[in-house]
Amino acid sequence: MTIDAATVKKIAQLARIRVSDEDINYYGPQLQNILAWVEQLGEVNTDGVEPLANVSEIPLSLRADVVNDGNIQQDIIKNAPEAVEGFFVVSKIVE
Amino acid sequence: MTSDLTRLTIAQALESLRKKEFSAVELVTRHVRKMEQLRPLNAFITETAEQAVAAAAESDARIAKGEMRTLEAIPIAMKDLFCTKDIKTTAGSHILGNFIPPYESTVSQKLMDSGTISIGKANLDEFAMGGSNTTSYYGPVENPWRSEKFPDKKLVPGGSSGGSAAAVAAGVAMAATGTDTGGSTRQPASFCGIVGVKPTYGRCSRWGIVAFASSLDQAGVFAKNVEDSALMLEAMSGHDVKDTTSAPQAVPNFAALLKHDLRGVRVGIPKEYRVDGMPQDIIDVWEKGASLLKDAGAEIVEISLPHTKYAVPTYYIIAPAEASSNLARYDGVRYGLRKEGKDLAETYELTRAEGFGAEVKRRIMIGTYCLSAGYYDAYYTKALKIRRLIANDFTEAFKKCDVILTPTAPSSAFAIGENSDDPIKMYLGDVFTIPASLAGLPGMSIPATLDDQGLPLGLQIISRAWDEVGMFRAAYALEQALNFTAKPALAKVAA
Repeated sequence: MTIDAATVKKIAQLARIRVSDEDINYYGPQLQNILAWVEQLGEVNTDGVEPLANVSEIPLSLRADVVNDGNIQQDIIKNAPEAVEGFFVVSKIVE
Repeated sequence: MTSDLTRLTIAQALESLRKKEFSAVELVTRHVRKMEQLRPLNAFITETAEQAVAAAAESDARIAKGEMRTLEAIPIAMKDLFCTKDIKTTAGSHILGNFIPPYESTVSQKLMDSGTISIGKANLDEFAMGGSNTTSYYGPVENPWRSEKFPDKKLVPGGSSGGSAAAVAAGVAMAATGTDTGGSTRQPASFCGIVGVKPTYGRCSRWGIVAFASSLDQAGVFAKNVEDSALMLEAMSGHDVKDTTSAPQAVPNFAALLKHDLRGVRVGIPKEYRVDGMPQDIIDVWEKGASLLKDAGAEIVEISLPHTKYAVPTYYIIAPAEASSNLARYDGVRYGLRKEGKDLAETYELTRAEGFGAEVKRRIMIGTYCLSAGYYDAYYTKALKIRRLIANDFTEAFKKCDVILTPTAPSSAFAIGENSDDPIKMYLGDVFTIPASLAGLPGMSIPATLDDQGLPLGLQIISRAWDEVGMFRAAYALEQALNFTAKPALAKVAA
């Protein structure tokens, strides 16, 4: 596994982070080193081992699917970089 | 009765408030003054002195009416990862630099309901990602301790909860909240010579804590001693319908239960924790801790946690994977920074490029890679399987012992700037704390000794899930036997 410039660029794009050529030169070797270091996990035999996703092993509780707050539109948009009449404003996405 | 109120423990302060030896306003004002004097430590991102003094006046009114709550008027620092209503909450990031939560986190609400008073939002590594509090957008935090060998060097307080740890160690706050994903409370407690507790995963609600890696994140506590940490944890714990991973478990009265003799308690010493290159001071204090627990009546048993060496690389797949998913929400649309681009995709990319620091970007990219098509099973699923094996190691070990004793960290505090060019070296600083995190177990660090540089070293106690009582009992007995009383010079400056 090698993390070349094209791979760094691709990962950054998937993560929606703009990277410059300088950034690619900076992160590339670090990502390469970290991924090479985690390769040691390949030594561990995990045949038949169930992945552990919920460590507390307490079943997640469900709640009724009902509105339990409401009338907090102003709270919700309060921190928006741009909001108009209760809506979040973004650039035009449909031509 | 000492005249310096910033040197009291919580238990002592509550007793004095009850006897009206000083007022809540006096207690809080002294701590606020100390916070202002020690601004060069950069322990706080936002100070809330005015609200704190106003709350103290209310506490005095309550005390006068005989309506004192369990932690009335205790000045604390709140890690700036807990959302606090109408008080800026940054997570140490530029991207949340102007974020003012319209709601209060469950843990901070519970602490307020118990009477504690927050004097400010404590600095931290950006999004709690780091082990030295040097990744904060708001600058590094300085440890109040200095090395005797290099007294001019500023040291890190550890991380990610570095501001909280520095504030408690310096006597600015009587206790503080932290969070602990892979060691972010226990390791800074060790570096700063104080007590740091990470409870069982699910003990505290995560609601309103800015998410980093949700399957690992837990609220944590810093305090000056074990009893104070038990008082704080009790106030913070409990089931919350707003967090489905918080457990419907009864919360014991931790502080009332901790003074208990250790006869019959089996203390496990994991042989795999004796890692290469570990400083002799740490080996010595670990052995001393075991022998003190033995003197206190415990039985010492050697145990094996065979997958220990895989814990840190496992963590550095799982935590970044969860972070890459959790941090997808920072898109410049609903809150936080926005950097306008020519279209929405470019707005996302520019916002995140400018809003996140290098360590956060590194982890998001690692996580994104590990979750991407073609690599998911090789990295992420593999890591989840090894996580199971690590958890199983503890289950097996706890058949032979009741608590586990280990060093908290493989070093004492290092200088600001050291280790920062080598992410892997920094990651290995959590080698003794990450395994318990992956297994969801409670763990706590207590200060044990000073090393050859005059810097504190901590010992960690790990217990079974939900057995914080067993953990606190062992920690309390060890604390009594160790009798660690050293304080950094800065804590002795009278406020």
